[in-house]
Amino acid sequence: MTVVVLGGGPAGLAAAIELRRLDTREVVVIERESDAGGIPRHAQHQGFGIRDLRRPLAGPAYARRYARLAAEAGAEVRTETMVTGWSPGRPLELTGPRGREAIDPDAVILATGCRERPRSARLVPGSRPDGVMTTGTLQQLVYLKKRTVGERALVVGAEHVSFSALVTLGHGGARTVGMTTALPRHQTLPLFRAGAALRWRTPLWTRTALTAIHGRPRVEEVELTDLDSGATRTIACDTVVFTADWIPDHELAVMGGLHMDSGTLGPAVDAALRTSREGVFGAGNLLQGAEPADVAALSGRHAAAGAAAHVRGSAWPEARLSIECEPPLHWISPNVLSDRPSPPPRGCFALRSTEFVSRPRIQVVQDGRTLWDGRIRRLVPGRSARFAAGWIAAVDRGGGPVRVRAVRRG
Amino acid sequence: MREQLDTDVAIVGAGVVGCAIARELSRFELRVTLLEAGPDVGAGTSKANTALLHTGFDAKPGTLEARLVARGFELLSAYAPRVGIPVERTGALLVAWSDEQAAEFPAIRDSARANGTIDLRIVEVDELYRREPHLGPGAHGALEVPREGLICPFTTPLAYATEAVLSGCDLRRGTPVESVSRLEDGGFTLALPGAELTARYLVNAAGLRSDELDRMLGHTGFTITPRRGELIVFDKLARGLVRHIVLAVPTKVTKGVLIAPTVFGNVMLGPTAEDVERKDDTGSTRSGIDHLMTEGGRIMPELLRHEVTAVYAGLRAATEHADYQLTVHAPEGYACVAGIRSTGLSASMAIAEHVREQLGEAGLRLEPKSADPPQVRMPNIGEAGVRAHQSDDLIGRDPEYGRVVCFCERVTSGEIRDALAATVPAVDLDGLRRRTRAHMGRCQGFFCGAELAARLDREAL
Repeated sequence: MTVVVLGGGPAGLAAAIELRRLDTREVVVIERESDAGGIPRHAQHQGFGIRDLRRPLAGPAYARRYARLAAEAGAEVRTETMVTGWSPGRPLELTGPRGREAIDPDAVILATGCRERPRSARLVPGSRPDGVMTTGTLQQLVYLKKRTVGERALVVGAEHVSFSALVTLGHGGARTVGMTTALPRHQTLPLFRAGAALRWRTPLWTRTALTAIHGRPRVEEVELTDLDSGATRTIACDTVVFTADWIPDHELAVMGGLHMDSGTLGPAVDAALRTSREGVFGAGNLLQGAEPADVAALSGRHAAAGAAAHVRGSAWPEARLSIECEPPLHWISPNVLSDRPSPPPRGCFALRSTEFVSRPRIQVVQDGRTLWDGRIRRLVPGRSARFAAGWIAAVDRGGGPVRVRAVRRG
Repeated sequence: MREQLDTDVAIVGAGVVGCAIARELSRFELRVTLLEAGPDVGAGTSKANTALLHTGFDAKPGTLEARLVARGFELLSAYAPRVGIPVERTGALLVAWSDEQAAEFPAIRDSARANGTIDLRIVEVDELYRREPHLGPGAHGALEVPREGLICPFTTPLAYATEAVLSGCDLRRGTPVESVSRLEDGGFTLALPGAELTARYLVNAAGLRSDELDRMLGHTGFTITPRRGELIVFDKLARGLVRHIVLAVPTKVTKGVLIAPTVFGNVMLGPTAEDVERKDDTGSTRSGIDHLMTEGGRIMPELLRHEVTAVYAGLRAATEHADYQLTVHAPEGYACVAGIRSTGLSASMAIAEHVREQLGEAGLRLEPKSADPPQVRMPNIGEAGVRAHQSDDLIGRDPEYGRVVCFCERVTSGEIRDALAATVPAVDLDGLRRRTRAHMGRCQGFFCGAELAARLDREAL
């Protein structure tokens, strides 16, 4: 009974702890970084640990706590170890300072997390100067390497993480000259926005796109375009931070031959977080980038329950029915209904939209039959809305695809 | 007081051509000095191209370019495996998207024969889609060029420079030539930052700036017009979509947009071709990216569903002439090696051989060194070979080769250490990237950027 967890961030570590609590004999966490803990290692703000550990912690303390809990629970956490090979029907190939080895566990939980799309993936033209980075790089430079980052920064994005980047830039000695978003307003909590406006007087340029980066060897200026008027202007800065626009770090999932969801870009999973490959589960932000760390951890815990049951002989479902979203809905997670219904993590489905919608009605339909119809508070791009999962019992397992749509008020 | 330096041959420009010439001349009893204005070898035009090892099948028959690309292909094909330059022989398919384009095939085949490439064959539509199943609809067949291949554009100049330096060549990076003048009794004086270099022979391999150097010596044979080529590199997860180099049928104006795998396991889409004013205008543009995406979507629609890993632009050193501008002014002892637009990588060793022969005819004494040439073995950064992280032997001897630092490209701590302490060491992030692939992947530093910056601070010379 060996379960291997790929990724030692909050989701992977929480999964490992839960697996051990459920008496799984051997639990091995494979972590490629030199320390386990994942992104919270370098997210030096407060607010971690509320939903999962029931105590507020800063990121690094949260990461250390999880690493310690996993070790105390008896999970083996192998750091500096990377999965360098995995194909359908084959064992995992691991590479680390001790050498290369193959491991063929009874179950695998993929918890490889997500990353921000960098400048190149967003197709922003211009020169390729120093000073262009993602929040991930920024946080590590400032908090792990204690470096300064520049003097005048532009932050691309207006989500939670964008405002966190603003704080990190301050710690790194840079002033944020502005934040841009293509959307009509920011996507964070009003408190964060107000705080940024008061503390740093940072302007937020909505309906604005970064359309070029200039400078050499370092950023000198950027071109911004007003998406409504088409007018362009130039802003002088020496640093550009691309925030949010998360994409699952899904290379292993693809290598492993898992069926992928076209919305989340992570592996398609059912409510028990089972992927299309027997014995392989998904967890955390690989499935839905990005959620707060504690939500990812709870997802890891949920996957662990399934994996523990699986290694004890619980049968793998055969039929898989996909859930499809209609625009402006972008994705839903979990996104597969299997013939063994069980509740999803936290008893809810997570739903994402590409547009702001206030008080929408969410309708779940199958073959013209409404399975669920209810109102939720709002849809905000980049943030998950939750809605209850009781309707999955009413799904016709042999029927057509299940569709989810959002109906605006009025 | 400026430092006084003296050399037999000064080569200006350490692009792939300058490095190849330095390597070639370093095999003889000569003092060779290789000067590079930029921070590294191969860091200008040589780093930003389509990275193909051309047979030269499509060059204009009878030109010097046609002859040197064909010869360079043979030389580099033999040299690359010896020193560890990644090469993959995928073959190319020149795809016709109309009957008119398909009608060009016989003429292209005849022209290729004249260039010494005899193995071209026409591929019918059915076979084409069988061999390249993700090609977009509407292809009318293809012309296959079996020996065309992929090559690492970074390792090639580095291998040349490494061999040259090990043979005693004085490589000076970050050293622009401020002025040059002829000495009364033959030879040249080059003003460098803080130094003055006297050279008996001068080789101008200054690429985009070769016309400026040429003019300093009173010649006016050509003018460089930078021709920008923008390229898009797709995520390695797209590699399974494409098996060959997928070329377009060339028109009078352009060779068109191609899709090709890279030796790093990515897929490349490009290039554009646009004359620009400035010799440092290597920025990508909205219109260029949009054009490539439109073309890419037509040639291989599925490619566009994948993430883009990099967008970049290179400048080809085009002139008003169709052929290479390769002239040895024998009485002066001056070789001008210019106008090497986009085939310089493939032709580099033949260009070097040609320049060496011409300089010999111009009076340069070429006495082979008695010692064996140095054994050069470059670290493998290609997907087809064994990478450090895949070598039980390397990891067994040194655990640093099992410690992966750049996850996307699987670059190990040992490779980064080696690149910072190499014969021609990396001095900045770009140099590290070209030597190891670190920071070249899909996350663009999200995971490893800070660690690499710290390593550079700590270990760069």
